[in-house]
Amino acid sequence: MTRKGRRLTLIAAALAVIGVAIGLALFAFRDGVVFFVTPSELAAKTAEMRPNARMRIGGLVLPGSVQKADERHVSFAITDNQTEVKVTYTGLLPDLFREGQGVVAEGQLINGVFRADSVLAKHDEKYMPREVADSLKQQGVWNDGSGKQEKK
Amino acid sequence: MIVEIGHYALVLALALAIVQGLAPLVGAIRHDGALMAMAQPAAVMQFLLIGMSFAALAYAYVTSDFSVVNVFENSHSLKPMIYKISGVWGNHEGSMLLWVLILALFGATVALFSRGMPDDLRALVLSVQSWIAAAFLLFVLLTSNPFARLNPAPLDGRDLNPLLQDPGLAIHPPLLYIGYVGLSITFSFAAAALISGRIDAAWARYIRPWTLGAWVFLTLGIAMGSYWAYYTLGWGGFWFWDPVENASLMPWLAATALLHSAAVMEKRDALKIWTIFLAILAFSLSLLGTFLVRSGVLTSVHSFATDPQRGVFILAILVFFIGGSLALFALRASALKPGGIFAPVSREGALVLNNLLLTTSCATVFIGTLYPLALEAVTGEKISVGAPFFNLTFGPLFIPIILAMPFGQMLAWKRGDLLGAAQRLVLACALGLAGMVVLYALRGGSVVPAILAGLAVYLTVGSFVEVYGRLRNAQNASSFFARAKGLPRSAWGTAIAHAGVGLTLFGLAATGWGVERIVSAKINEPVLVGPYEVVVTDIAPRDGSNYKDLVAHTQIREGGRVVAEMDPSRRSFTTRTMVRTEAGIVTLGLGQVYMNIADVRIDGAIDLRLYWKPYVALIWLGALVMSLGGLLSMSDRRLRIGIAKRAAARMQPAAAE
Repeated sequence: MTRKGRRLTLIAAALAVIGVAIGLALFAFRDGVVFFVTPSELAAKTAEMRPNARMRIGGLVLPGSVQKADERHVSFAITDNQTEVKVTYTGLLPDLFREGQGVVAEGQLINGVFRADSVLAKHDEKYMPREVADSLKQQGVWNDGSGKQEKK
Repeated sequence: MIVEIGHYALVLALALAIVQGLAPLVGAIRHDGALMAMAQPAAVMQFLLIGMSFAALAYAYVTSDFSVVNVFENSHSLKPMIYKISGVWGNHEGSMLLWVLILALFGATVALFSRGMPDDLRALVLSVQSWIAAAFLLFVLLTSNPFARLNPAPLDGRDLNPLLQDPGLAIHPPLLYIGYVGLSITFSFAAAALISGRIDAAWARYIRPWTLGAWVFLTLGIAMGSYWAYYTLGWGGFWFWDPVENASLMPWLAATALLHSAAVMEKRDALKIWTIFLAILAFSLSLLGTFLVRSGVLTSVHSFATDPQRGVFILAILVFFIGGSLALFALRASALKPGGIFAPVSREGALVLNNLLLTTSCATVFIGTLYPLALEAVTGEKISVGAPFFNLTFGPLFIPIILAMPFGQMLAWKRGDLLGAAQRLVLACALGLAGMVVLYALRGGSVVPAILAGLAVYLTVGSFVEVYGRLRNAQNASSFFARAKGLPRSAWGTAIAHAGVGLTLFGLAATGWGVERIVSAKINEPVLVGPYEVVVTDIAPRDGSNYKDLVAHTQIREGGRVVAEMDPSRRSFTTRTMVRTEAGIVTLGLGQVYMNIADVRIDGAIDLRLYWKPYVALIWLGALVMSLGGLLSMSDRRLRIGIAKRAAARMQPAAAE
């Protein structure tokens, strides 16, 4: 095969692979991407969202809202101090899940109740999911724990 | 005092790095032997100085010197010794110091083990390497000084983040850094080749051991990180497509592609421009990973503290080195003469396909990792791109790689025989298909795990067909072994590394057959998981040095007989008032029983999260096997120093033309 022919084969193969990759990426972006919303945004946007779209909501666990139906079925409310969303979750909650603390829940909104399939809590004062930290800062209820530490 | 010496040594190292960056470069351009000869002693000295600095910080940690801010913030006098030592790099400042230390270690190794290399190439490589070192030393000294003092010194420290108090911290970061930073050498080689304008097969031979070494450590580091996440995060996952993980996967993919294209360049003098480009790309992705992890753009256990100044600084380093090397590439690459011709169906063709697929899959990971960051920066919208995206894009691109791997080994250079290769692979294909059918029949469930497992069987068996073909004609056992020993180690290396990919794939496929149960059980009440019964026999507190455990002593029974015992626990750390679950893991065969306990309830029942994960150990064993293959290939005769020297001597006249 000539150099030119070889180059053409190579370019054709490269284009084919890249084309497939772009196609896959675009296809995957339709379903693989999850938007992050606060409870207020969720309430405002419910109408325009695709039914059963996956999303993440973040905020504080509303104090007094945690109810355990039995050992594994938990429900609680996430609030941003304006709106709250009821969340149900099946499984063991993270070790650092506490009332009044920041969490991110991922799942779907079904009939006004958010059915979460994963719940992230902040690890400690330094290691919290970024979305939680950001939305807490926005709402002015951020407590970075440094005040506590300075007292040493 | 020792701490100040460490700080001073670091400043000296920076000064020396600047000298080492300039003098050999000028020497190489002016053909001044004396200036070029400065590179080697400077590189060794630079390593010794940074080593001294690192030792000083380690000393401050070991002696719990809380007058050092870094020690105060990340250590505690009661912390076990292993975490005092590994805690040195369990924070931003210390980990960057480790980064620079390894960078200098590689520079010194090149200086000491490169006798066969042309003087100007060595001088240029060490010069470029030193520019990188200077940039990062400046970064450490200006924005992340680990030696800052605190006055008055507090009585005790704040302790290391409990999530990091794990033996994994002693192993995972050094391994991963050796891999990450090891790619800097191939980058320096590429830049040196572009500056000198001389790029030949000998060059490909010089970089091969470095690329292989970096690749081996990167493989081990990623596998170790994945296993650490698996046993510590408590939900039995081992790969989350987290940006931080992707940051290590991208250089791995690029390094894998580089290994293969360098082989073509070495044997056939083809793909030169592409190989140089990959060498630049691999380290650029390492730098990108460092930026993503260390700048605070992402929040995870890996990013220790966010300070915008640091992010901007690393970004500047990133832009300088990636931009500079690509500009150099654009200027010089066009002057390279294209090498040997080959047919599409040939070893070269297969390796080109490998490169095409690996770089494309790397690009999809890149898009999935950076798109959310870009989108947030532009529109402020927050999205996360999770496992579904990567499974849909990365997965389909990786399957053709797996199918093609055994074929590639079988094809001859220049012009291969596809049909002949297919005939020799009939057995591997048959075993793979049989595996699919049998596993589907036995396990049921979805077809996906069975198909992937079948592919894994095909790949593992197919990897050895080429080696077997070379041994098949042996008359008896002793000549078989004599031949097996006589085969080039790189042939064994390839076969074993490819088989390792097969083993890992099998382990991944088998996750589809796993069992997960979330139950609450009373003491002595058996819970069924997979083929086993799990019984918590006793719950008791236990004291550790800086933590308290609540241990659930657990037996695993099969048919009424106790086959194993484990002690999962909930660990409360006293200084940071934080609780961490310690999973109980027992390996039975290649599968694992994995158990986590949650709170003990008032009625005495405990909430348990239980998994039976068949063949899961293969995921990491496969990575070990891959590394073993890499090491074998590294020890191949033609890569050893003396041989490289003689080969270089032969190459020299031709290259000088």
